[in-house]
Amino acid sequence: MPDLTKTSSASEEAAAVAGSTPVITDAGPVPEKPRSLGADAWRGLRRNPLFVISGLLVLLILFVAAFPGLFTSASPTIGDPAKHFLGKPNLGHVFQEDWFGYDGTGRSLYARVLYGARNSIIVGLGVTILVTIFGGLMGMLAGYFGGFWDSLISRLTDVFFGIPFLLGSMVVLNAFTHRTVWVVMGALAFLGWTQITRVMRGAVITTKHADYVVAARALGAGTRRILFRHILPNAIAPVIVVATISLGTYIVAESTLSYLGLGLSDDSISWGSDISDGTQFIRNFPHVLLFPAGALSITVLAFIMMGDAVREALDPKLR
Amino acid sequence: MTITDITADVPAPRSGEDSGGKLLDVRDLHVEFHTRDGIAKAVNGVNYSVDAGETLAVLGESGSGKSVTAQAIMGILDMPPGKIPQGEILFRGQDMLKMSAEERRKIRGNKIAMIFQDALSSLNPVLSVGYQLGEMFRVHQGLSKKAAKAKAVELMDRVRIPAAKERVSDYPHQFSGGMRQRIMIAMALALEPDLIIADEPTTALDVTVQAQVMELLAELQREYHMGLILITHDLGVVADVADKIAVMYAGRIVETAPVHELYKRPAHPYTRGLLDSIPRLDRKGQELYAIKGLPPNLLKIPTGCAFNPRCPKAQDICRTDVPVLEPVTEQDGSPLPGRGSACHFWKETIHG
Repeated sequence: MPDLTKTSSASEEAAAVAGSTPVITDAGPVPEKPRSLGADAWRGLRRNPLFVISGLLVLLILFVAAFPGLFTSASPTIGDPAKHFLGKPNLGHVFQEDWFGYDGTGRSLYARVLYGARNSIIVGLGVTILVTIFGGLMGMLAGYFGGFWDSLISRLTDVFFGIPFLLGSMVVLNAFTHRTVWVVMGALAFLGWTQITRVMRGAVITTKHADYVVAARALGAGTRRILFRHILPNAIAPVIVVATISLGTYIVAESTLSYLGLGLSDDSISWGSDISDGTQFIRNFPHVLLFPAGALSITVLAFIMMGDAVREALDPKLR
Repeated sequence: MTITDITADVPAPRSGEDSGGKLLDVRDLHVEFHTRDGIAKAVNGVNYSVDAGETLAVLGESGSGKSVTAQAIMGILDMPPGKIPQGEILFRGQDMLKMSAEERRKIRGNKIAMIFQDALSSLNPVLSVGYQLGEMFRVHQGLSKKAAKAKAVELMDRVRIPAAKERVSDYPHQFSGGMRQRIMIAMALALEPDLIIADEPTTALDVTVQAQVMELLAELQREYHMGLILITHDLGVVADVADKIAVMYAGRIVETAPVHELYKRPAHPYTRGLLDSIPRLDRKGQELYAIKGLPPNLLKIPTGCAFNPRCPKAQDICRTDVPVLEPVTEQDGSPLPGRGSACHFWKETIHG
């Protein structure tokens, strides 16, 4: 091994420089590549079939959401009710317009499932990002500074925690007549940040008393450096886990709101509103309900499975 | 008599009224912790000073206030619950307790640095060793990432970590205990501070590695002509390295002495008890001496001398009057420089 010979010659050199002092004996062999905790977690994840499957699925869903037009030439908004009214699915016609059948206005369900992915993903990801940044900052503030700020933020989270998530967002969304993805995103994030704040606050409180934080302070690091360089990377793991798992919940919430007619406005395509439409045909034409519902279930499952795998990889107790 | 009266006329361990010459001069420092059960008086009027190039060993058992004093000097005491009701910490003649938070931060690491007991938990697990070493230069000197890394390699060479260049991007868990403590020392040394406080730097280490680390620390101290405050409960570590010793008990200094004098002729029953409880080869087969009882509860420090419930020589006066740290002299009255004892019966203890 070239690494080993290099090490021994270097330690001889060091010993020679040291002169009369004793030769250092506790130098271990140099590993090929230094690994951080993140790299460690990544190695674990790559070997976890659960993560590989859910990860590939998530990538596929993201790709579909970004470029739905690559998978079909059919239009999701224009249908021919005369020709295709509630047409049955033709499972043999893979990737064709009539693969999943047609809905009540003769639109291709395959195209609608593909195009509906975008809004679901945008809302899910957007809410997660907003909630993680805002909730995370609030949690760090409360956990690190304590005292007045902690009381203020903690009571505020208590108040928001007391509002039922869906009911609250229904009330908020009811105030808007035209509901774009941004409005829905904002409403969900407005009510959803508290969970991350609590998790972050707890993680920061445990981390801020760690010896390395005291040591960093003793060696003259400022508050911002301590907070973002020393505490944040050590406290972020539980937040990542909660965020990935709740991403699925936000997608479901958006669909639920759309199902109730309080989500995205009618002109936007969404799995939730398609499920809502499908319920009226459930007896004779279940496919109108099943395909968008299936797409929703698979997406949520993929994100939750991925979150679970990430949790396992980042949890030091399970190593 | 109140505590203030007593401590006010305590002589500084070494002569000199002016603090101008002293690198660090701690005067009548009190630290208390406000807990639910009452006020715990962790430090009750500590005086000590360190010159450049000098090593002061602060000796004492757990809860004697030695680490709290160090934390107060560094300004890393958690306040609240901690509180400094009175005292001065003069660094180059300036009282650090009166400085702003920002001024103190600039001193930390730059002028006064600290080495912690447990190097594994004192290094951030998610940052590479090179990053953490380089951080010192980036925070205090505004160096670029690349220049800081080069400096980090230099430092690692300096504390004799083999293959420093290859190991600079390794993470703390990839180093052995001794190597980690060397990295801590390198971090403290990075900006060539005037004073280093080492809080039990070898306690977490293997006995064979302890000697190496102490030797390295002493050598670097000589090289940079720094002041060193060595906090320890290990009498063996102190003997080779320290110039003078301050023995602490229940938040007070009970005895000060140049290192070899203390071992030869202790002037306080507590110090004598400590020295007698070191295992010795020539007393093989005999039962090892132990100081009876437990260190006092800091919420209820005994009246008079805090050591009186455990002291074999305790008399009535010990239970009523707090002994002052008095200068210790020879039997004929000739002064012993640097020596002091806070015992009513120091004469009997040292000469008896």
